[in-house]
Amino acid sequence: MELTKKISMFGRTHALEGEIDDFLDKLSQCALLFKIAIKVYLNEGCTDEFERKLQDVNKMESDADYLRRAIETQLYAQTLIPESRGDVLGLIENLDQLLNLFESSLWAFSIEQPDIPEEFHNDFDALTDMAVQSVETLVLASRAFFRNIDAVSDHNHKVMFYEKEADKVSTKLKKAIFSSELDLSRKSQLRNFVEHIDNVPDWAEDVADRLAIYSIKRTF
Amino acid sequence: MDISILLFLTSGLFLGWALGANDAANVFGTAVGTRMIRFSTAATICTIFVILGAVYSGAGAAGTLGKLGAIDALAGSFVAALSAALAVYLMTKAGLPVSTTQAIVGAIIGWNLFSGTTTDTNSLVKILTTWLVCPLLAAVIAMGLFKLTAAVLSRVKLHLLRTDACTRLGLLLAGAFGSYSLGANNIGNVMGVFVPSSPFIDFEIAGLFTFSSTQQLFLLGAIAIGVGVLTYSKRVMMTVGSNIMPLSPVTAWVVVMAHSLVLFLFASQGLESFLISHGLPSIPLVPVSSSQAVVGAVLGIALLKGGRRIRWRVLGSIGAGWMVTPMIAGIVCFISLYFMQNVFDQNVYAGGPGKAPVEMVGFSSPEIPFRRPK
Repeated sequence: MELTKKISMFGRTHALEGEIDDFLDKLSQCALLFKIAIKVYLNEGCTDEFERKLQDVNKMESDADYLRRAIETQLYAQTLIPESRGDVLGLIENLDQLLNLFESSLWAFSIEQPDIPEEFHNDFDALTDMAVQSVETLVLASRAFFRNIDAVSDHNHKVMFYEKEADKVSTKLKKAIFSSELDLSRKSQLRNFVEHIDNVPDWAEDVADRLAIYSIKRTF
Repeated sequence: MDISILLFLTSGLFLGWALGANDAANVFGTAVGTRMIRFSTAATICTIFVILGAVYSGAGAAGTLGKLGAIDALAGSFVAALSAALAVYLMTKAGLPVSTTQAIVGAIIGWNLFSGTTTDTNSLVKILTTWLVCPLLAAVIAMGLFKLTAAVLSRVKLHLLRTDACTRLGLLLAGAFGSYSLGANNIGNVMGVFVPSSPFIDFEIAGLFTFSSTQQLFLLGAIAIGVGVLTYSKRVMMTVGSNIMPLSPVTAWVVVMAHSLVLFLFASQGLESFLISHGLPSIPLVPVSSSQAVVGAVLGIALLKGGRRIRWRVLGSIGAGWMVTPMIAGIVCFISLYFMQNVFDQNVYAGGPGKAPVEMVGFSSPEIPFRRPK
């Protein structure tokens, strides 16, 4: 009886491992879609193509939410990893926040449709690139947390690097915006959009910091 | 069977209950405390394997206790077991780590002094040395096992959830092994003093194997241990992890395995005869303290991690426990024997004054004729 339970427990574990991997896949794909959507917006404006990317991100965020709830319920209902489940829960919820940031940022583009002067395109592009890189690296660090705890720090330091680079670009971009001839209202609006994107690496860095602590706790 | 015989056995059963209530926590405490294994599962497995260990392999370690001092009157055995149980109770109340092994040894020496029997120095030295070696050996085994486990886990790179599932299974198997070893090694503490005056007789089961009187006695003691596990060990289990040092589930597995291996080494007649047959030095079969094996294992791991988290006060109180427990048990036993003999008019040693509840037929030597199942 106990043995049967154990065998089925391995089966359940396998399914849950798959769901966590799916969740991380969704986050990674969402980051890539965000990058494409910003590129489309900068090159073509708020076109149908951009709206399609926004809908894709929307759907992915909903799917990830569903997965997150399923993972959390199973962790607690089946009393799995009692020592680390609080940390895993925190990690999944914080990663989910990144999906929300991607989605809300694209919605802001869709609703406000800011007119971004061409001279700022390169920096917007670079900032987006840093933001997406930070999330991609954070996904690798999170996967390492589950499978290869020693490798977490190898990825984490890169997240910090991308966050710092993103900060440099966003500061440079904000300075350029406010020293331009634009109206103050447009300057403020553009500043908000820089911050929308810059929030992503900032949050990724916070998650990486927590991940570092979770890893220390798990080193037995 | 005379009802008074059962009455005299109750002190041993009480000691067994106390052992089950306290020492099951050494085997399953961390697993249950960290909610890796449910209490009901742990208690059931513990009870089954304690009984198996006691009945099948309990004779070896119990024999050494018998050589230390073969209590040859049932009333004497009753007093010795009761004194040990009282010492355990008093020490637990005082918040000091306690070992039934040390209590019963103290009680036997108390009986030896009262009855004028010479204490077998060889057995005593063997037992005392083993008490020192037990935590040290547990520490060394835990260190080796910890290193090995860490190396294997970092090589195989299991998913966190898979590691968790494997650890649960590992804790369950290590717990079963630990319970078997606990039964084999510690049943002598509970029922060893009753062996020379066992009221049971050997009988054969379907002509296949003999169920010796000692085994029947051990079965009774093991059931008492099981009752202790089922009725009272939950609270101890829930607090044991935090008492020594917070352990991760994988480290807990290492500790339980080290503890179980040490108890097994000091109880296995099979291993002893294997070593002797290959001309190797054998390991003495001596009841050792399960609590001290666990503390030794935890200290080993703490040392491996730099020794920063070692609570030296705990070590000090363990040292004090080694001295105080046998002394209290010995003194209580000596005084109680006096009352049992002179106030209750009971015969507490062969040839002594007072009534004997059972006739000790054919008892002549402290060597106890143990019979292994065929």
